[in-house]
Amino acid sequence: MDGEVHRAAASWENGTLAPVDRLRTERADSPTPGLVEGTEPGAGQKSAMFVHAQSFEDLTAETEEARKEAEGYSELGKPADSTDGIEVLMGKDTISEKQNKKEGWQDSKSKEEDVSSEAWRSHRKHVFVLSEAGKPIYTRYGTEEALSSTMGVMMALVSFVEADKNIIRSIHADGYKVVFLSKSPLVLVGVSRTSQSDKELMRELQYIYYQIVSLLTLTQLNHIFQHKQNYDLRRLLAGSEHLTDNLLHRLDRDPGLLLSAVTCLPLASSTRDVVSSSLQAAKAKSLVFSILLAGDYLVTLVRKKDQFLHHIDLHLVFNLVGSSSSFREGEGWTPICLPKFNTAGFFHAHISYLEPASDLCLILVSTDREDFFNLSECKQRFLERLSKRNAYQALKDALKSPSYSVAQVGIPELRHFLYKSKSSGLYTSPELPVVYQSEEEEERLMGLYHDLHSRLHHATRPLRSIYHCGETENLMAWVTSGFELYLCFSPLGTKALAVSAVNKLLKWIRKEEDRLFILSPLTY
Amino acid sequence: MAIRELKVCLLGDTGVGKSSIVCRFVQDHFDHNISPTIGASFLTKTVPCGNELHKFLIWDTAGQERFHSLAPMYYRGSAAAVIVYDITKLDSFQTLKKWVKELKEHGPEDIVVAIAGNKNDLGDIREVPMKEAKEFAESIAAIFIETSARNAVNVEELFQKISKQIPPLENPEVDSNESFKLTRQPPPSTRRCC
Repeated sequence: MDGEVHRAAASWENGTLAPVDRLRTERADSPTPGLVEGTEPGAGQKSAMFVHAQSFEDLTAETEEARKEAEGYSELGKPADSTDGIEVLMGKDTISEKQNKKEGWQDSKSKEEDVSSEAWRSHRKHVFVLSEAGKPIYTRYGTEEALSSTMGVMMALVSFVEADKNIIRSIHADGYKVVFLSKSPLVLVGVSRTSQSDKELMRELQYIYYQIVSLLTLTQLNHIFQHKQNYDLRRLLAGSEHLTDNLLHRLDRDPGLLLSAVTCLPLASSTRDVVSSSLQAAKAKSLVFSILLAGDYLVTLVRKKDQFLHHIDLHLVFNLVGSSSSFREGEGWTPICLPKFNTAGFFHAHISYLEPASDLCLILVSTDREDFFNLSECKQRFLERLSKRNAYQALKDALKSPSYSVAQVGIPELRHFLYKSKSSGLYTSPELPVVYQSEEEEERLMGLYHDLHSRLHHATRPLRSIYHCGETENLMAWVTSGFELYLCFSPLGTKALAVSAVNKLLKWIRKEEDRLFILSPLTY
Repeated sequence: MAIRELKVCLLGDTGVGKSSIVCRFVQDHFDHNISPTIGASFLTKTVPCGNELHKFLIWDTAGQERFHSLAPMYYRGSAAAVIVYDITKLDSFQTLKKWVKELKEHGPEDIVVAIAGNKNDLGDIREVPMKEAKEFAESIAAIFIETSARNAVNVEELFQKISKQIPPLENPEVDSNESFKLTRQPPPSTRRCC
């Protein structure tokens, strides 16, 4: 395998680092025969993947469809000569709308102090959710009541463009991007000053949409608004706003959400196998997924045969568990909709920590809402088996150092990296080095990764690799059909060093893959 | 000593302190920044009562409206229901009345109802007079007590009162002078139900 990796990297070295447009037609083909999807480091050994692997493109596919639809619409009204569907949709007529919108903001300014304050306006990213009747449902900052007129204007914009059989996608003005996502019966609007692309912002709005669906199911949402168009959905979402707040925070911070992947707790494969098989043995008829988390790390996941958990659903579970201290009290039992699995119905999740002060949280997802005590027994059986086979202590020891230092890789110039195996949907990343440990620096590094990601996955000009020299660090990103890799080097490094580092890093990951990834996922 | 399992569920508006009461009772702990309960939490605690041990199987339900439809799953088959309101929020007392009504219509016939006015440490911003709540409780023959989960006031007592209202298996006469109402023998409580 090493040989293959080497050959792969060599062929790439002979290629080009510069973004070449013609490459995009070949993107689907593997440039590196040894690193095609399924054979990259971190790919599962069995054909059955534990997480239904989805690429970034799959995630935004719905948007793409909608866009095609939109472009279809635009052909009705306007010549579709522009390459950018968004601009086509907005056209010239909308400049006045932009101004209307601003006036709308000023209107609310005179009424409400908090939402008109400079502090409120200067947030980097706002997110608003409203109903199709224009009723506020959620705002990231400020109160919904104070924003009802603003949201009314947003809905007016959406309706106005829809009346012409067009779909409003985004408005770019004054350094702001305003992105619209219409998901009947909800409308989501993002207002951002960041350098993120429309596509990335749209993707974040999708996450928020799925978050809301996971609380209520789409069936219930539709039902509510069919019966009462101007229903105040905040009644049903009361007490769960912090889930959405936290998800937005994660979207800025968690590389997993950026990469559409999950990271695993580094664990000796022998220990992980015992944990997995203990979880596999503690099954019940109604169980669909058993998930063991350690903070934001996945320890293992066992699933029903033929049932796959989508990474979005898994991130929603991470977010639910991470946002609610209430699961630390006793055993939790809650309905949860996994929207990528099925938007129509609820699963019922038994959520409990293995020990009160532990980070290890077990989530048993069942189809039967009456099955609590059965699942509670499953947990006991799992714990007994784990202790009997001496894996519990090993697991707790591994938790003491849930991350690893980049120094272990042995590349002096390398400061940090993100590596995602596409076929398993898992990523690995070392702990942040000292220079990026402050909050601002962490945010800045994540911002840089966001930029790289955005450029690699550009809607019209996707790139295969980027090398970027900055004042404070050099960055490199490389995407193949098998993996995505983002690296951060010291600013004193050179491109040649970076290229050889990639080779070395891939070898290191291959060597460590049974510790860093889940290679043999189990099913019941 | 015989162990009897008593299924108890907590109902009431969101934010009144149901989880805090349970947390105080079970772990003798109070957390200022507790996040809202999602769905329901299940906890147990065993306490002696007379010559029996009462093992409370407690369902601490979420007060949020979206979980309302799940409530029957928890009060169904319960020996007792604790309905909690916040003495500083009149609305939560109105919600309590709705719960009483729902229990009367759909709950088990012989369920012991306890009304707990929580946050009694915040007496200076009280909105629900103790007298009014007490009279309401008497009118429906429910246990009434004001509690403070924060200061550990009357939380143990609340569950003791419930314990006493549950007629002992052998001689139902004992302690019945404490009762507000005569209850029939609860269904065999060893049955596991939810």
